[in-house]
Amino acid sequence: MIPLLRRRPTAGQPRRLTLSILRCNPADPASVPHLQDYELDEADGMTLFIALNDIRAHQDGSLQFDFVCRAGICGSCAMLINGRPGLACRTLTRDLGDHITLAPLPYFELIGDLSVNTGKWMRGTSERLQTWIHSTTPVDLDALEARMEPAEAEAIYELDRCIECGCCIAGCGTAQMREGFVGAVGLNKIARFRLDPRDQRSDADFYELIGDDDGVFGCMSLLGCHDLCPKQLPLQTQIAFLRRKMAALGLR
Amino acid sequence: METIHTDVLVIGGGLAGLRAGLAARKRGQQVIILSLVPPKRSHSAAAQGGMQASLGNAARGGGDNEDVHFEDTVRGSDWGNDQEVARMFVHTAPKAVRELAAWGVPWNRVQQGPHAVVMDGQRVTLTESAAAHGLITARDFGGTKKWRTCYVSDGTGHAMLYAVSDQTIAAGIPVHERMEAVALIHDGGRCYGAIVRNLIDGRLLAYVARATCIATGGFGRIYQSTTNAVINEGIGAAIALETGVVPLGNMEAVQFHPTAIFPAGILVTEGCRGDGGLLRDVDGHRFMPDYEPEKKELASRDVVSRRMEAHIRSGKGVASRYGPHLWLDITLLGAAHIEHKLREVKEICHYFLGIDPARQWIPVRPAQHYSMGGIRTDAHGQAYGLRGLFACGEAACWDLHGFNRLGGNSVAETVVAGMIVGEAIADFCASPDGDMQVSTALVRETWAKASAEFSAIADNRSSEDANQLLRRMQTLMSEQVGIVRQGDQLAAAVAELEQLIQRCRQVGLRTTRAGANPELTTAWRLQRMLKLAQCVAYGALQRTESRGAHFREDYPRRNDAEWLKRTLATWPDGEPTRPRLDYEALDVARMELPPGWRGYGARDAIEHPATALRQAEIEAIRASLGNADRHAVQQALMPYRHLLPPHLRGLNARIGEER
Repeated sequence: MIPLLRRRPTAGQPRRLTLSILRCNPADPASVPHLQDYELDEADGMTLFIALNDIRAHQDGSLQFDFVCRAGICGSCAMLINGRPGLACRTLTRDLGDHITLAPLPYFELIGDLSVNTGKWMRGTSERLQTWIHSTTPVDLDALEARMEPAEAEAIYELDRCIECGCCIAGCGTAQMREGFVGAVGLNKIARFRLDPRDQRSDADFYELIGDDDGVFGCMSLLGCHDLCPKQLPLQTQIAFLRRKMAALGLR
Repeated sequence: METIHTDVLVIGGGLAGLRAGLAARKRGQQVIILSLVPPKRSHSAAAQGGMQASLGNAARGGGDNEDVHFEDTVRGSDWGNDQEVARMFVHTAPKAVRELAAWGVPWNRVQQGPHAVVMDGQRVTLTESAAAHGLITARDFGGTKKWRTCYVSDGTGHAMLYAVSDQTIAAGIPVHERMEAVALIHDGGRCYGAIVRNLIDGRLLAYVARATCIATGGFGRIYQSTTNAVINEGIGAAIALETGVVPLGNMEAVQFHPTAIFPAGILVTEGCRGDGGLLRDVDGHRFMPDYEPEKKELASRDVVSRRMEAHIRSGKGVASRYGPHLWLDITLLGAAHIEHKLREVKEICHYFLGIDPARQWIPVRPAQHYSMGGIRTDAHGQAYGLRGLFACGEAACWDLHGFNRLGGNSVAETVVAGMIVGEAIADFCASPDGDMQVSTALVRETWAKASAEFSAIADNRSSEDANQLLRRMQTLMSEQVGIVRQGDQLAAAVAELEQLIQRCRQVGLRTTRAGANPELTTAWRLQRMLKLAQCVAYGALQRTESRGAHFREDYPRRNDAEWLKRTLATWPDGEPTRPRLDYEALDVARMELPPGWRGYGARDAIEHPATALRQAEIEAIRASLGNADRHAVQQALMPYRHLLPPHLRGLNARIGEER
């Protein structure tokens, strides 16, 4: 379920917002991480995308952050919003207090200020977990496509909706302690390909990929991932299900 | 200067670039893909509603085939497109969908038996055949005779992008992320790669390649109100323009999407209307049938957008503090349909508007959406002007879309063009044409020139502010070079853009920052975006007719007699503030479908003298062939299959139509 908006009355003077942004530039050896405050007037319907671009256009052109779609679908703009991982583009300032603290996602390599290198980590994880359809059946482009039950296609899409934003990793207790942990994003991908009849890998093959403490057995079930996932993916049940399947295989 | 060598350099990590790179890699070429952002974050992911391909599996898609898709596409383009390219496209689109299915895209499938849908405001029951059960289904989209748009809920682009991106990972193709091509290495006749800026550390590198392919998407960000992602600034097209020898085609052909949420400009899919959603005005009145009695909400995008703006101007808009808007009503589709088939729309409405679209109407107004124009290429994706330079996807003017593209045809174009152009790139590399002798002096000089451009901005402390000029350009484009255009306003826009182009050369920075300073990036890009904006505005000023999305109030008729031609904009070195425009005629005598009425919109085109002749010729050919099958008739009218790579020439299977 999508959480309910916490609406505030919007009558009267616009609020004066203070954004405290954690700044650091790894390209500059002298740069020390520090919070820098920016003030601006709130506008109707203001998102953190609008607020940050306003600051960059009018106050500080050197501020680094990442947005692409600005519509909540591409996963570029995950950051710590008052300490909690979330997508900045679709976070409305009216749901936050007058003082907003923004910091880059932890765990990922810092590019600068609020920008982190999730892309590099996600590509590495994809390579490690081989997140593509494994099939030896040749594709005849001229022939009718293979049939699939409509409900099965919808079930695959449910897990295919991950946008690799990194919120689940940023909110993961295991990832903080175990650098090689594939996280909910990785486990969800395995669950997705495992569900897909076009992928010819067996559970034994998947066990090779996630049957250890960097995989499904590393998860401590704190489930910050499940609470934080901006796409409301069913991470809790998928991880539990995978663990049961993999444990059964491991005990065999 | 660090130099990286490769066979193929693909600039752009969206669907078109990834698919082209994959095709070239599978032919044994070494490929490197550059991307501004991690490729799965590309704007391709924003394609919500679906991809057109004439599979004909759904009940309302029955009888669909390449011929119907072809005619819809040509009519949609307002006869501005290249009909051979349209044929190549409609023939390959079913293959692309099927390939993607094999790669894991969870296309929605046909469920046999009766199901309720909303059509024209009424709830009706359709019955799907048992023979089609489990095959890929389709929804309705604007400007199409059949339900042809294959979809994955309303996350089609996302599912496609992830599947193709995962294939490039499987193929081991390196994607150099956060890299921006800033200049093409060329000698005026051949392209040798690009100078590339690392957007993390700000360094410039040289990528030397035998073939270079630009697939950087559109340039919507030259407009203030756009559905485009923030990375769609058209820099790929701009660096091609900078060569002075590569023309950009039909830059004035800019599409406005009818349903961007107001005022944020975020897209809600055409699938909303395809699935039965209605447009309503301030009185709650459904106004589209008043203007378009046949296609109603599902006329082509240019027509619907224009009707909406006209309706607003007639005083029927809903007033708000940001200006007037209209309503999109999908409440009649029901909560269950929205939850399963329009869930991104539901999320967008929830997060950005705080409304539930199953119960409340969505405020919408047209916003810039798609660039039909771009780097002009031939049918194989080879750019005009420079050997070894290719382009595909929205960055290119391949010219599938002419002056208006149909919904669902662009995300289809990305993969189809990627498949075709990627093969052409591999062919090029495998032939003597692909050999090259590049001068290291040329590489060094191009690098030095690019480096000097960045230094000139970084070292400038003048008060000319890039952000201010950028906002002025965006406002100007939205207000004066928008949906409804007028000669005086266009002339004023061209004049002001000339001033902005002069001023942007003086832009200075207010901040310094080690690495890639975002302020420097903005200032550098602004100089290029202004030139693109000028190509759009100047092209629009010169084109004294209305065609597709280019609507001139002072020249409201489509004028085939004088304007059945493609605009080619080049920017030679000597031209300070305007491009040079040339025109390339479209040959009526070779068209399979000569110009006529689209079936929606105005019906008052000024006829081309050759149209009647060609029409008679076509009728004679058809008559002479008698009962020949449709492929033979098509072949006699306009052969195109020789233009396709051999493995894409086979006929497409359909239920009820044996191969």
